[in-house]
Amino acid sequence: MGEVIYSAKPLWAVLVSMVAAFLILLTGDKARNLREGWTILAALIKFGLVFSLIEPVLAGKTIEYTLINLLPGVALQFRVDAFGLLFGVVAATLWIPTSFYSIGYVRTLNEHAQSRYFFSFAMCLSAAIGVAFAGNLLTLLIFYEILTIATWPLVIHHEDESAINGGRKYLVYTLTAGCILLLAIGITYSLAGTLDFVGGGFLAGHGSPGLLIILLIMFIAGFGVKAGIMPFHEWLPSAMVAPTPVSALLHAVAVVKAGVFGCVRVILFVFGPQLLHELGVWTILAGVVAFTVVAAGLLALGQDHLKRRLAFSTINNLALIILGVSLLSKNSMTGGILHLANHAFMKITLFFCAGAIYVKTHKDHVSQLDGLGRQMPFTFAAFAIASMGLCGLPPVNGFISKWFLCLGAVETHQLVFLFVILTSAMLDVAFFFPIIYNGFFKQPLPDVAGKIDEAPLIMVIPLCATALFSIIFGIFPNAFLNFFNIVRLAVTNVLGG
Amino acid sequence: MTEYFLAKYNFWIYVVLMMIGLYAMMGKRNLVKKLIGMNIFQTSIILLFVSAGVKKGGATVPILRHSDYGPEHAEHLIRVADYLNPLPHVLMLTAIVVSIATTGVALATLILIYKRYNTLEEDEIMAIRKDIRSYKTPRILRSKD
Amino acid sequence: MIDQLPALIIVAPMLGAFLTPIIGWRYQHLCYPWTLLVLTIPLYSAVGALFKVIRSGPFGYNLGGWAPPWGIEYRIDYLSAIMLVLIATIGFLAAVNARPAGKTEFKGKEAQLYTLFLLQITGLLGIVITGDLFNIFVFLEITSLSGYGLIAHGEEGAPMATFNYIIIGTIGASFYLLGVGYLYMATGSLNIADLATILPALYHSKMILVGFAFFTTGVAIKMGLFPLHIWMPDAYTTAPNSVSTLIAPLMTKVAAYLMIRILFTLFAPDFAISVVPVATILGWLAVIAIIVGGVKALAQTDIKRMVAYIMVAEVGYIVMGISVMNRAGLTGAILHIINDACMIFCLFLTIGAISHRGHGREINHFQNLSKKMPLTMAAFVIAALSMCGIPPACGFFSKWYLIMGMITAGQWIFAATLLGSSLINAVLFFRIIEKAYLAPPESQGHNHTDHEAEEIERNDAPLSMMIPIIMSALAILLLGLFSGKIIDAVIQHAVPAIF
Repeated sequence: MGEVIYSAKPLWAVLVSMVAAFLILLTGDKARNLREGWTILAALIKFGLVFSLIEPVLAGKTIEYTLINLLPGVALQFRVDAFGLLFGVVAATLWIPTSFYSIGYVRTLNEHAQSRYFFSFAMCLSAAIGVAFAGNLLTLLIFYEILTIATWPLVIHHEDESAINGGRKYLVYTLTAGCILLLAIGITYSLAGTLDFVGGGFLAGHGSPGLLIILLIMFIAGFGVKAGIMPFHEWLPSAMVAPTPVSALLHAVAVVKAGVFGCVRVILFVFGPQLLHELGVWTILAGVVAFTVVAAGLLALGQDHLKRRLAFSTINNLALIILGVSLLSKNSMTGGILHLANHAFMKITLFFCAGAIYVKTHKDHVSQLDGLGRQMPFTFAAFAIASMGLCGLPPVNGFISKWFLCLGAVETHQLVFLFVILTSAMLDVAFFFPIIYNGFFKQPLPDVAGKIDEAPLIMVIPLCATALFSIIFGIFPNAFLNFFNIVRLAVTNVLGG
Repeated sequence: MTEYFLAKYNFWIYVVLMMIGLYAMMGKRNLVKKLIGMNIFQTSIILLFVSAGVKKGGATVPILRHSDYGPEHAEHLIRVADYLNPLPHVLMLTAIVVSIATTGVALATLILIYKRYNTLEEDEIMAIRKDIRSYKTPRILRSKD
Repeated sequence: MIDQLPALIIVAPMLGAFLTPIIGWRYQHLCYPWTLLVLTIPLYSAVGALFKVIRSGPFGYNLGGWAPPWGIEYRIDYLSAIMLVLIATIGFLAAVNARPAGKTEFKGKEAQLYTLFLLQITGLLGIVITGDLFNIFVFLEITSLSGYGLIAHGEEGAPMATFNYIIIGTIGASFYLLGVGYLYMATGSLNIADLATILPALYHSKMILVGFAFFTTGVAIKMGLFPLHIWMPDAYTTAPNSVSTLIAPLMTKVAAYLMIRILFTLFAPDFAISVVPVATILGWLAVIAIIVGGVKALAQTDIKRMVAYIMVAEVGYIVMGISVMNRAGLTGAILHIINDACMIFCLFLTIGAISHRGHGREINHFQNLSKKMPLTMAAFVIAALSMCGIPPACGFFSKWYLIMGMITAGQWIFAATLLGSSLINAVLFFRIIEKAYLAPPESQGHNHTDHEAEEIERNDAPLSMMIPIIMSALAILLLGLFSGKIIDAVIQHAVPAIF
């Protein structure tokens, strides 16, 4: 397993944005720049802390820190392994551009309740890093629930009827899922006596196959709500009423990725490939997720509201990640876990572009975007790059993860999944391409012709940066953040050896 | 048969008293009658306890006669079988005091109720309260009568 | 002096209660500082007793030097010690909180308020500290009587609610007395520790069974377990705000403590499982209590009445934890006693503060409350999150143990009810949070800045209410984070070793 280092760095990474959150609340509206400064400072410090953890983890060590003992055998404990580090790095890295983008978005639109907005954002990031670095199921659940509550003020930010209803739907789905998870974790503890994540699972041999299958269903249902697996996905399109930076970071990166993270943890680190092969359920699991992939792709075609289309694309991609992991082969797992990181960069770019378009033109439907590409070239270029990546075109990073997914599907000899992945790629082209085509090649609508130029710089720079990084990670997967190596290490942890 | 009913006649009386008390508390509509029922209920329990201290064979109240011998001889001189068990009596003195205090508080509450609603019949009070609620008078009445 | 600490815990507030009317006769305004002064003594002694128990185990104190079972013994073990600290702390903070509301609700009669306050705290402390059955009855009645007196000063429906409470509560206490009587007649002893050794031989005697039945019913009435909870919503809703902050968190919890004592210390646990299937009955009553409490709470628009119904459900949680008869369940029940007392305390404090500032108790009138009373609403949110079982607030941890208890016992319906109840709580509390924090739907566009909003004046709770509010909110968070420590140090020793 490698050497274990005891360091409080994971705790500081979680706490730094909690402290910033309260400083934001105290600073309030009176000193806006100071308040924004707290966000940026916390983002940078958090990134620094998480970045410093990459090297020891790649060298094969795990960083552990125990807070308090909750039960015999279960503690509130952080343990940073390769898989957790991947999610942590993605979240911490993407918070920096999102902070700048948020500041630009909120100030340009002159939004209300800005302090509450930044407070909740910082708390969410704390919880997301907590989820990433959790060392056992109970710690994961604790931060998962905190994430739910911290996201609610952001979903209902606009405080109009659709926002409040979206928030209620969100809470109903996620709190119910939390209850199911609590029950499942309780059963796991009573079966195995421990809740710590072990690469390759720890439930083997504890409990009858029937009980274990029911337990798996409960876990997947519980985490699947946040991960948008059908039929629990309904809250995600409704949550698109939130401001775009919220949709960008949280609903494309942090919250839904936390759900996927939980699913993968359960599949690979609680049950493990061995047990799932024995139980014979991985085909069913992969089948359910594959259905989500195709269905979400088809539903995305029918959406005219841009953010809702992107929401369904998110559901599609998250299901792809889980599909890769549940196919249980080395390459598919690599592809799935790598897609967790890659998709984050691409999707956040897409949402940033949607937000930039909204800020400048107040248009949020695909049919209204004609000709804007020529007037907002950077925004639409970034959009084009990110969509190309999601379709799986090189040189954007989406290609690499989709390639490994296909390789993995072939390895399992279940070619139906290969078809699913390729179909999903075609559907991606079908619903992204028209946006790009309309943007660049059609005549602009009368009310925007000649009047619009690019969104404020503070918003355009982040979205260009994330698009650029998508390309860089596509060509050099290990640039800066060693994503590919981390993923490889994570898969090795799971498969043993 | 005789043994079951007649020998333990006192316990049967207490059961009857307790049931009377319970019936009065539940079934009567006048609040004072409920209170009296509560008293009867408590009395039956007190009597039960006192009965527990009684002994057969002519045992008498535990008041010791003055003796020429000092207390150190008490163990030999006092024949326990001659005296009733004093502990239940003592406990019941406390219980009687509790009962009196409860009755006092209840009577004070009844005075408050009478001042407010001018009646002590439960159904009439319910009707008045329903009226108060439907007129939407402020919940906290500023002045107490 | 240190040796006499257990007696001091009771004597100090009792003497204080006797002296308060005398002080109040001349110097009405001195009653409040006097009460606070008196209440520091039980607070200090209780904490000292807890540390002593953690250090060297349970200890006893013989009142008057008479050895048990002839004399009355005060027995402080792990469960008693933690209950003492709970009662002393909440009592002290409730007294701090009582001043502003007490001035309006008990105008001119503040001396009486504080007298009854101190008597109530004496009674509560006495119930948990004493090891003698009849002594428990006496303190139970002291608590109840002072409670009746306090509640009767409330709003419009208070005298009727008090009278109903008197009738039903007296039935409960009398049943308890009857239980004591039967046990005494069969064994000749009134001391709990003594009885615990005598009783096992007598488990099948009819007298003991009947005594046990009366005990349980009497305590269930005092605790507000369904279907004997009918006095509770009216009494706690119509009580004055200064009073409900004291009575509501503590009375039902102390009665729950009594039930634990009866089921686990007085009678051995397997009595409740094998001899009389009380555990099963209590469990199912608890399930119904949780469902009924939740459903009725949903129908309320008065926030205080809603919380009173939620309390019916919370009692159900505790009894459910007791009824599964295993270590995890009982740990959860005891932890929930502590956590629930803090949560309900915080809720009633905030409700009292909101009402004191003139916003009333109708949920529909809570618009913009977060701007007018930000700190109070923040504390309310923390208490609400704890009620819903969201970590890191303490409610999550007691819920975890309770669920573990249900799973270990294989009671899936119980577990599902528990989880469903947290969801109902989420609906109840988020309704209020939405009302208080969000703008009314009719009047908002979404580009509304803070400058455009009308100037809403900030008028938070007065300081003597604010301090207990902040402290109880902090306690909720700290109790959650340190649940493990509390369980390790105290609760795991309070659970009988058989489990």
